Amino acid sequence: MSSRDLILGRVRAALRDAAASEVPRAYRSAGTDEADIVLLVDRLVDYKAVVHREQDVAGVVTSLEPGRLVVPPGIDRSWIPADATIVEDEHDADAVLTAATVAIAETGTIVLDGSPDQGRRRLSLLPDLHICVVRQDQVVASVPDAIARLDPRRPLTWISGPSATSDIELNRVEGVHGPRNLHVVLLPPAPARAF
Amino acid sequence: MTFLGMPATAPRGVGNLRGEEPFPAAAHKALANAQLRRNLSHATTTIRGKSGAVISELPDWQELRDAGSALKAATMARLPELLEQLEAKVTAAGGVVHWAADANEANRIVTGLVRATGHERVTKVKSMATQEIGLNEALQAAGIKAVETDLAELIVQLGHDKPSHILVPAIHRNRSEIRDIFLREMPGVDPALTDEPTELAAAARRYLRETFLSTKVAVSGANFAVAETGTLAVLESEGNGRMCLTLPDTLITVMGIEKLVPTWRDLEVFLQLLPRASTGERMNPYTSMWTGVTPGDGPQNFHLVLLDNGRTAVLADEAGRQALHCIRCSACLNVCPVYERTGGHAYGSVYPGPIGAVLSPQLTGVADNASLPYASSLCGACLDACPVKIDIPSLLVHLRNEVPHPRSERVAMAAAAYTMDHPALYTRAQHAAKLSKHAKRLPPPLNGWTASRDLPEPPAETFRDWWAKR
Repeated sequence: MSSRDLILGRVRAALRDAAASEVPRAYRSAGTDEADIVLLVDRLVDYKAVVHREQDVAGVVTSLEPGRLVVPPGIDRSWIPADATIVEDEHDADAVLTAATVAIAETGTIVLDGSPDQGRRRLSLLPDLHICVVRQDQVVASVPDAIARLDPRRPLTWISGPSATSDIELNRVEGVHGPRNLHVVLLPPAPARAF
Repeated sequence: MTFLGMPATAPRGVGNLRGEEPFPAAAHKALANAQLRRNLSHATTTIRGKSGAVISELPDWQELRDAGSALKAATMARLPELLEQLEAKVTAAGGVVHWAADANEANRIVTGLVRATGHERVTKVKSMATQEIGLNEALQAAGIKAVETDLAELIVQLGHDKPSHILVPAIHRNRSEIRDIFLREMPGVDPALTDEPTELAAAARRYLRETFLSTKVAVSGANFAVAETGTLAVLESEGNGRMCLTLPDTLITVMGIEKLVPTWRDLEVFLQLLPRASTGERMNPYTSMWTGVTPGDGPQNFHLVLLDNGRTAVLADEAGRQALHCIRCSACLNVCPVYERTGGHAYGSVYPGPIGAVLSPQLTGVADNASLPYASSLCGACLDACPVKIDIPSLLVHLRNEVPHPRSERVAMAAAAYTMDHPALYTRAQHAAKLSKHAKRLPPPLNGWTASRDLPEPPAETFRDWWAKR
């Protein structure tokens, strides 16, 4: 008998008396609340991310003195400062500039899904400074709203503030293995396309 | 006698589910350690405050708990089909699924997979399942070095110590003890290291960076697996998880069979419950989700090991099976007056605290952890704190009924029952008890009761004598 059959047999034997039950979903489901940009900013700042409301992304990037910058292949080229030092390999980069897929106001979370303007997962992991550009139409109110928008077949990275730990006396301390500095540039919604 | 196919408990001689001594003996030693009690009290007080604050921000916390509890029950009821669905989805997405009936088989599978890569070092993301089965010891025996990358696990590993908390295995260490361990054990550490937490975190960053970049195989656990999509999720804080889940060529994930959720949507409940109950954050800094293999992004070889190791035995107990609903947040540890005083080591298992006091004896069979169901005052704080509403106090009482009782206790109880059934005998026994007025201790074998308690003073007159005079 394979271990697979053994385990499944054991589970079936164990569950002889179990009956399926209804799951109550009285919590706030997707679509309950409007996305609140002010709340998002508050929550990002509370977890030590720095928020920029300027529309000139390249200007923000320059002001942060990014050093060697790495970008994903599908990045909006207008976001890259003209005089930026672009490197190909994230191992050599001091900073990374990406877009995002979804941001959750209630938790101050940004989700990347590996799209061309966000790049493969290690890109936003190795550099010490992550500059992430979020459009307001990507902001949702809650975790259920984000789950409804995301595609689970894509590799997803949920980011809530810079790398941190609670392992020393259970207090949150920023700065372990991931980027120690997270800057978020909040842009207005993408202009509607003319048809 | 057990038959093939009958639910089985976790085997002896492997893993970390059984302590070397009963809880009262281990707790007795722990209670003598004033530094340990100060560290625990400081840490659990901090986390209770943080967790309470972020939970009170959600108007629907109770509704989320109701949903989480029901979702876990619904998952258990459909576990066979959900496991098969998960296997099919992971396989279709390019992963390989393995089934491990117990700790020995899981260790054998993982060791074999690492050997097949030709590498002799793996990085590890903190994982309760691999702690439970003693994977690091098994890998070491096979000449493979396992490097723990979670800060608290690193502190435990460098300190040649054992984990004492589900979430923060080094909760028993304060900052200056951590600095001392780093100075003593961390190669290349700056001798001027202070005990500032930011400096300690930076030291771990420098120490592990090269290891992350050069290690080709990683081993992880999983917080959740979605049957509907084959998606796995790991919640973490430091980014060591992201490193292990994305940099190596090969990723091996070891997961208990109870970690499933039926649908993608169900994560919307647990991703709200877990961080707030666990680290007291609205959201943990990093959550990684992956489905099989993504070409050009992350490990191109993905293995998922599904672990039983006693879980089906827990599942077979209709009253006890809710212990498998646990999402390993450790909220019950942080509110437990017993845990706060004894710490995690006294429980002898990788699962300490209230949930450990029910889960460990269920996984091993109650006889092998017979003292744990008594490691509680039944105050009920754990039930209130549990984000999936596991009724730990009732489970403790349920398990106490299954503990094999010593012969002396059974004899005494039988004698008491006989006496109470015979009024003349009972009256005589009561009068005899009055004579014991000056005794401070009971004679053997009942002296266990009076070792830590004063014998109550018998009344001058029994109720029956008083009643007869009326």
